Amino acid sequence: MSVNADLRKERASATFQPALLTHILDGGPERTRRRKEIEALVLNDPDFQHEDLNFLSRSQRYEQAIRKSSLMVMKLREYGIADPEEIYWFKRTCLGSFPEPLGLHFSMFHKTIETQTTAAQKEKWLPLVRGVKIIGTYAQTEMGHGTHLRGLETTATYDPSTQEFILNSPTVTSIKWWPGGLGKTSNHAIVLAQLYTQGQCKGLHAFIVPIRQLGTHEPLPGITVGDIGPKFGYDEMDNGYLKMDNFRIPRENMLMKYAQVEPDGTYVKPVSDKLTYGTMVFIRSLIVGDSARSLSRACTIAIRYSAVRHQSELKPGEPEPQILDYQTQQYKLFPLLATAYAFNFVGAFIKDTYHRISGDISTGDLSELPELHALTAGLKAFTSWTANAGIEECRMACGGHGYSRCSGIPDIYVTFTPSCTYEGENTVMMLQTARFLMKSYTQMTSGQQVTGMVSYLNDLSRQRIQPQHVAARTVSVRINDPTSLVEAYKSRAARLVESAAKNLQAELNHRRSKEDAWNRTSVDLVRASEAHCHYVVVKLFAAKLAEVTDAAVRAVLTDLCLLYALFGISRNAGDFLQAGILTSAQITQVNQHVKELLAVIRPNAVALVDSFDFHDVHLGSVLGRYDGNVYENMFEWAKKSPLNKTQVHESFHKHLKPMQAKL
Amino acid sequence: MALLETSKYSQGSVLGSVNPDLASERQTASFSVEKLTALLDGGVEQTRIRRAVVDAIESDPVFSRENQYFQTQNERYEAAVKKAVHLQKKMHEMGWTENGPEYKYIYRALSGDVAFLLHRVFMRSISMLGSDKQIAKWIPLATQHKLIGSYAQTELGHGTYLQGLETTAVFDTATQEFILNTPKISAMKWWPGDMGRSATHTVVFAQLYVHGKCYGIHPFIVQIRSLQDHSLCPGVTAGDIGPKMNFEHIDNGYLLLKNVRIPRENMLSKFCEVRPDGTYVRQGSQKINYFTMTSVRISLIADEVLTPLMKACTIAIRYSVVRRQSKLKPGEQEAKILDYQTQQEKVLPQLAAAYAFHFTNDYLQELFNRGYREIQRKNFDMLPELHALSSGFKAMITQHCTAGVEICLRACGGHGYSLLSGLPSLYTKILASCIYEGENTILLLQTARLISSTAAKLQDLIQSGVKKHDAWNQCTVQLVQAAKAHCHYIAVKNFAETVEKLETKAGIQKIMKHLCDLFALHGIFSNTGAFLHDGYTSAAQMDMVTASYLDLLAVIRKDAVPLVDAFDFTDKSLNSALGSYDGQAYQRLYEWAQKSPTNQMSPAYERYLKPLLHNTLSKL
Repeated sequence: MSVNADLRKERASATFQPALLTHILDGGPERTRRRKEIEALVLNDPDFQHEDLNFLSRSQRYEQAIRKSSLMVMKLREYGIADPEEIYWFKRTCLGSFPEPLGLHFSMFHKTIETQTTAAQKEKWLPLVRGVKIIGTYAQTEMGHGTHLRGLETTATYDPSTQEFILNSPTVTSIKWWPGGLGKTSNHAIVLAQLYTQGQCKGLHAFIVPIRQLGTHEPLPGITVGDIGPKFGYDEMDNGYLKMDNFRIPRENMLMKYAQVEPDGTYVKPVSDKLTYGTMVFIRSLIVGDSARSLSRACTIAIRYSAVRHQSELKPGEPEPQILDYQTQQYKLFPLLATAYAFNFVGAFIKDTYHRISGDISTGDLSELPELHALTAGLKAFTSWTANAGIEECRMACGGHGYSRCSGIPDIYVTFTPSCTYEGENTVMMLQTARFLMKSYTQMTSGQQVTGMVSYLNDLSRQRIQPQHVAARTVSVRINDPTSLVEAYKSRAARLVESAAKNLQAELNHRRSKEDAWNRTSVDLVRASEAHCHYVVVKLFAAKLAEVTDAAVRAVLTDLCLLYALFGISRNAGDFLQAGILTSAQITQVNQHVKELLAVIRPNAVALVDSFDFHDVHLGSVLGRYDGNVYENMFEWAKKSPLNKTQVHESFHKHLKPMQAKL
Repeated sequence: MALLETSKYSQGSVLGSVNPDLASERQTASFSVEKLTALLDGGVEQTRIRRAVVDAIESDPVFSRENQYFQTQNERYEAAVKKAVHLQKKMHEMGWTENGPEYKYIYRALSGDVAFLLHRVFMRSISMLGSDKQIAKWIPLATQHKLIGSYAQTELGHGTYLQGLETTAVFDTATQEFILNTPKISAMKWWPGDMGRSATHTVVFAQLYVHGKCYGIHPFIVQIRSLQDHSLCPGVTAGDIGPKMNFEHIDNGYLLLKNVRIPRENMLSKFCEVRPDGTYVRQGSQKINYFTMTSVRISLIADEVLTPLMKACTIAIRYSVVRRQSKLKPGEQEAKILDYQTQQEKVLPQLAAAYAFHFTNDYLQELFNRGYREIQRKNFDMLPELHALSSGFKAMITQHCTAGVEICLRACGGHGYSLLSGLPSLYTKILASCIYEGENTILLLQTARLISSTAAKLQDLIQSGVKKHDAWNQCTVQLVQAAKAHCHYIAVKNFAETVEKLETKAGIQKIMKHLCDLFALHGIFSNTGAFLHDGYTSAAQMDMVTASYLDLLAVIRKDAVPLVDAFDFTDKSLNSALGSYDGQAYQRLYEWAQKSPTNQMSPAYERYLKPLLHNTLSKL
């Protein structure tokens, strides 16, 4: 079928070449080429075709996912694809927006065994893991505790007489709960438990625990394992529970690269606990990337559909306009589009920084880790909260049809939204960043220079010498200049960090305990962290512009960067006004300029989402199809609904007819 | 309810005995929960009737929602039809009638999990838009369920913008019939509830043509399925539109009409009529056609919007005192998460909003009843105001409550994401309300048309030579904000006035005053820009607002559990492993999960995992 005329027109009128922007997002034309090559392997493979998952039950979806996982293992090997990023491209094209029950085997289980084991352990376990002779998962979260790891209750008590650890789930709350692939798929798990040896608790440690019999897949004696039931999304994932009763494993099953328990029960302490930061930073950087990607997909669907859908009238007597021509629609979608671009750049930045620092870590230089750890915690929360709300806005911008599963946005939302709570609950993450900010602030006030992204705090101490408040520099903010806006965000962050620090001090002056004071300031602290993250995002976006060589692409990215920064000011005008960074008159100008930018971006909107370069398979959406043939395909899709299997539904004979006969 | 306190995590089921962490919250209530419940219900007698209805429904196994989270779309649909049929019997048995005092509680007691809701809208539109003769013919048939009705307005291509609907009804003078057609794919009726599988009749909104002239949108009663064998009538194509985010139990449908002929008498003609010779006669306001929408908008606020928020608050707040996480002070027990300021800042403003909007709803209901009486007397003066207010409030309240439910969901950490928490389904259900019965942005613009706060700006633009429609479009972002602000203002004002009228006894007025303050301060706290920008508030005052706001959180924290207890939801109606009255969240989560059908052996192991583990993949 040919491409919808509206979309054709939109694409013809773009002022830049989308392919050039795609290269920037991918990190170069060569990477774009390779990505498309790998995606084509999946798209052209009949083995990966399947019916729309929306029409299947949970059990059927789980089975489909297992089938695909198994196929992927085989095909990746066949094609010789081994680079992690290339594997990721391959898998996401197979899976669309859905998770993979074997996902944790390939990520956390594999990675933990690779990084936290001794040479002897590696030799034993790695071939089994890599050859999928065993399937494993990572069992950390319990029913009663998640982000607060120290509160975990599972115990591993060392018995020197048999040289075994005895694992127990002593309370209902200590049952392992949520780990992916645990319910039905895995036969091994890495279990995090409080280690007891020689009568003392040594804190959390990791153990490899077999949970199902090889061959029969039946749970082992002493193990109770199962699926935790239906969730908001993640239908294909068997998130599981695990209860252990006096379950014994050999001493060698404790991961012993860092801490060790010797045969007689002597405990040997690890060198540094900062090392575990590395994995957390890595996973949180993935979530930032996922925020960008999920929001980009939702924007693609909503903007294409808004170009295809005509509704109501702007001028009497004229044909119904595209809904994308309404200012309110642009105001909903374009700031989100700008945000999606911003987050893409932030995601790339964190990934690069992580890879750079990883080199330092392996040589033992941990100096940059604390800041990176604090920054990724905050950015994980900041981007996932924003993307979460943004995806919902995109869905609602599609009107009623957004609510149908055929729009694809419900799937994006339910799959993405748990990232606000997993891998560190967002509020707790923001408070971790705040702790770092407060530490830096204290450092600064005691006369030390702080470095990195928080170096703006040094300015506060310089201003203190002069009598004036931060406000003194306000007049110089130029609302058309990204660099100047970065300065405005910097001042806002500085102001909110300072204000939180002062409030914290005031609580302490009231003779409250440190913990009480912290709790009574935590709303301020979260605001400070948010402002800090917001500044970092604007800064990274503005910095990206200088790297763009093509003038047309740079122009359109500059528009988006301005929109992102100005919209943020407009939404948080209170902060900028209260701190005296901007005047009321300037806020009025900002609001006006936001609206002008909407009209400037409008002609490029479709080209900007095309640049994300999602295949229809990645979108899984009837509304967001590349060809824009929405209505015909909605009808085709609906006909496949299970309720339509028979012309007259059986409940007519079972319930309706008898009722009508009786009345 | 007996507060038997036993050891919290003893082996075996402790369900039923109240978790001490929850019990202690109840002992310190500053007011009488029972009296507050009565206030919310509108009197002690109302509370009694409501509880009797809830009890009768919940003790009947047919209405059970147990294991609902495990069911497929087909199973949910069948259960909903079964319940709808059984409800007729139950009402007869209990002596409940449609005009009786019990009636309005039935839907709440069923938690909306019942089919044929559109049958009610079908009847309501006939009562409101039909002539006396039509009412006499159709209403008895509908009441006795000789037919099942639906309401077919929305099309694939058009929703809120009714004038754009494309279905046609052409009058044929020769046969005295209307010929209905779906001229193109975007004209297909799409979304109407109960239409995919159940309905035999529906009210179709179509562009009326007589002698080649178009008279705009009018309602027609169209039979779509046989009353004998339920097969589709000639010329009719209909079916289910497929899975949605929620409403699995409802068969939202599509409908294609091809030269379907209906008698002239099937056009609903209280206000507009086509005479046998084709003369078109109008009596009263054309806008009256939208009155059904206005009335639906108001009626959905209580059941579809407030109830979910109240339930979500109940679940999140009870769970927040049962869940202990991390330590506030070294050496102490882990703290209840509700003791964290950040947690209070998430859930307590939602609780305040639930109370605020409860009172807003009372106010709207009263206004609507007055308007309805006037319209019955063919006085349409109040219609514009009613229309504007119902639009604006519907949009503001649904938006606010939807966001609120989501905040509650996320405030429950990972467990909120489990369907067993009850929160995801509350959320997916309430968020549909942002769109149906009028998309929110458009509704706010309708309100904005009525209020004048941006009129000056509009005037400027018009004078500067911008055409009026362009001017309107250029101001819409501001207009939407103005309309929201307007409705928010009325909600705060109404809450404050209600509080003043409350009796001072029983501590209720005091706690309501706190909630009202929190609601107002939260509004300022989350919109500081608007208040500072106006110069209405200074920077120093804003610091005070923030300080008082945070202080209030700590005050309301103490009464949080009694305040949600006062909503008086039974465990069955919450259907939540996290939010039940006894607070045994973990035990219940574990027991419910074990019932999941996914815990039966999956064929996936034999078919795929085993070959994978044994490296016999090539056989796949």
